[in-house]
Amino acid sequence: MMDGGGVPVVVDGLRAAPRRSRGAAYWQAAPFAIVFLLFFIVPLCLTVAVSFWHYDEYSLQPGFTFENYQEVFDGCIAKLPSLCVTFATYLSTLRFALMAWACTLVLGFGIAYFLAFHVRTVPMQMALFLICTVPFWTSNIIRMVAWVPLLGRNGLVNQGLQALGVTDAPLDWLLYSEFSVVLAFVHLYTLFMMVPIFNSMARIDRSLIEAARDAGASGWQTLWNVVIPLCKPGIVIGSIFVLTIVMGDFVTVGIMGGQQIASIGKVIQVQMSYLQFPIAAANAVVLLGIVLLMIWALTRLVDIRREL
Amino acid sequence: MRGASVELIQVSKRYGAALAVDSIDLKVPAGSYCCLLGPSGCGKTTTLRMIAGHETASDGNILIGPREVGHLPPAGRGTAMMFQSYALFPHLDCLDNVAFGPRMRGVDKATRRRRAMEMLSLVRMEGYASRLPAQLSGGQQQRVALARALVTEPSVLLLDEPLSALDPFLRVQVRAELKRLQTELGITFIHVTHSQEEAMALSDLVVVMNGGRIEQAAEPREVFSRPGTAFVARFIGGHNVIALPRGGTVAVRVDRMRLSAGAEADGLPARVETVEYQGSFVQLRLVPLDAARAPEVFAALPDNSFAAQPFAVGDIVTARWRRGDAHPLSDGQPPAGRPALEEISP
Repeated sequence: MMDGGGVPVVVDGLRAAPRRSRGAAYWQAAPFAIVFLLFFIVPLCLTVAVSFWHYDEYSLQPGFTFENYQEVFDGCIAKLPSLCVTFATYLSTLRFALMAWACTLVLGFGIAYFLAFHVRTVPMQMALFLICTVPFWTSNIIRMVAWVPLLGRNGLVNQGLQALGVTDAPLDWLLYSEFSVVLAFVHLYTLFMMVPIFNSMARIDRSLIEAARDAGASGWQTLWNVVIPLCKPGIVIGSIFVLTIVMGDFVTVGIMGGQQIASIGKVIQVQMSYLQFPIAAANAVVLLGIVLLMIWALTRLVDIRREL
Repeated sequence: MRGASVELIQVSKRYGAALAVDSIDLKVPAGSYCCLLGPSGCGKTTTLRMIAGHETASDGNILIGPREVGHLPPAGRGTAMMFQSYALFPHLDCLDNVAFGPRMRGVDKATRRRRAMEMLSLVRMEGYASRLPAQLSGGQQQRVALARALVTEPSVLLLDEPLSALDPFLRVQVRAELKRLQTELGITFIHVTHSQEEAMALSDLVVVMNGGRIEQAAEPREVFSRPGTAFVARFIGGHNVIALPRGGTVAVRVDRMRLSAGAEADGLPARVETVEYQGSFVQLRLVPLDAARAPEVFAALPDNSFAAQPFAVGDIVTARWRRGDAHPLSDGQPPAGRPALEEISP
């Protein structure tokens, strides 16, 4: 950040004792830096380190071997074009991530647009905003389990559809299916998409919308040529939230998929439960690499640091 | 581009119970420069926005040229608006900002870029075509906004306080530029401002507004030499509002006041409160002995006549004016507050 050394201090109040205030700044940053170091950097380094260890049925041996990574991608290249387990799992996870991303983007953008441009008063905006956060008053698991009585074979939706005569037999694909997994993702994470987009929208000068109208733009043209380009930072931040969460998820896929759907998070969890820490760590490092690549690609689209 | 006349007939705007514009009538001739002048909250911006189509009139008719436009969207009215904050699209460079309107109307890329470039050179910004708005100064942004408004070939250009965000030096420069463009293009300009100086310098027609009504609409010289109401006399400055002993009020220009020593009943007897030397003239603040006629009046005396017959603070004098210099005011408000007198050169 700002380094006191080279920057000429202009403000009078800051001129006093730059050396001491510099020390103070470090002290102020220290608590969070320590938390960050202890609970993020150190575990991450340990994970990377363990991914190079050797393991067998009985023991873990510190060392430096690539055999875990070889095992992760075992036969993947040789088998092409048919997919090995790892590739198939990544592909499935990526599919879920993209489906969840597309749904949360459309919904989040729509809700944010409504709140930012159609709700006129700030108190009303705040009230509706709070209503959006109501689901977060309960835990993730409860919110997921709550879908079961709704979507199950004899759940509310199936009973309702049958009572209305829309279907004869209960629909099987409502629960423990890809549909229910994506539904749960959308339910859980739309807010993460909506909030950054709303934040971007709230900063759009209303006279820009009028200027577009004055220049002859229709509602959709204004949306496409003015609102969406100016919301890009919000869209990218929201996308990073949703994609990273869904890529690493194993609970939602487990519960809503009836433990039948593979995801990379699930694979890691199973390996951990068999105490195969080195290969779980290797998988985790690969996943981290892929997620970082996705974030890098997204940030290439918009310079977030400039927009914030 | 051809100018079109603008006519408002009994136009009102209500926000709930509040009346922002109160059934105004106005006719702006084609190709003229019209300034809507008034203090903040007088309804001038609302009036402009109703002409632009960004607000719908609650009542009345708006005509541009021969057409009734009340139901048309902004782009269908042949108007273009320049916003107070300029409202340039921050994600587009200058050329794309100017080409935005044609692009929305489906003009092909080569044509719209050429047209945008022409407009940029009209406002002398052709060298900045690839800059983003954030990389421009306020005056440059304003020129680009002007080019963007003109590219759609409007017959009426609407300007919402276009000079208020500029520093005083630039303001005078841009003001001259606006007048040059208006004369060159021959289109109708309607310009909202709260500065009487700006209105005087630019307009063919000054519309002084107050409390949602038009106080006076006339050419600047007429407004300054014959203010119609006490409000106009105070707002444009340089006038004293004085109650006559026989009833009614008149406006007398500060530089038309004549002073003589001693209290005489045929004039306005007053005590000299301050004497300020201003170079070519001397400005005196007088407090009338009969406060009911005016709380205070100003007199600007030419420096040579003041030197010939000087007055000092505390002197009792009589202020007089020629019959032709006193303009009866229609609203006959009792004189209240101080006459707005800032700078006046006789």
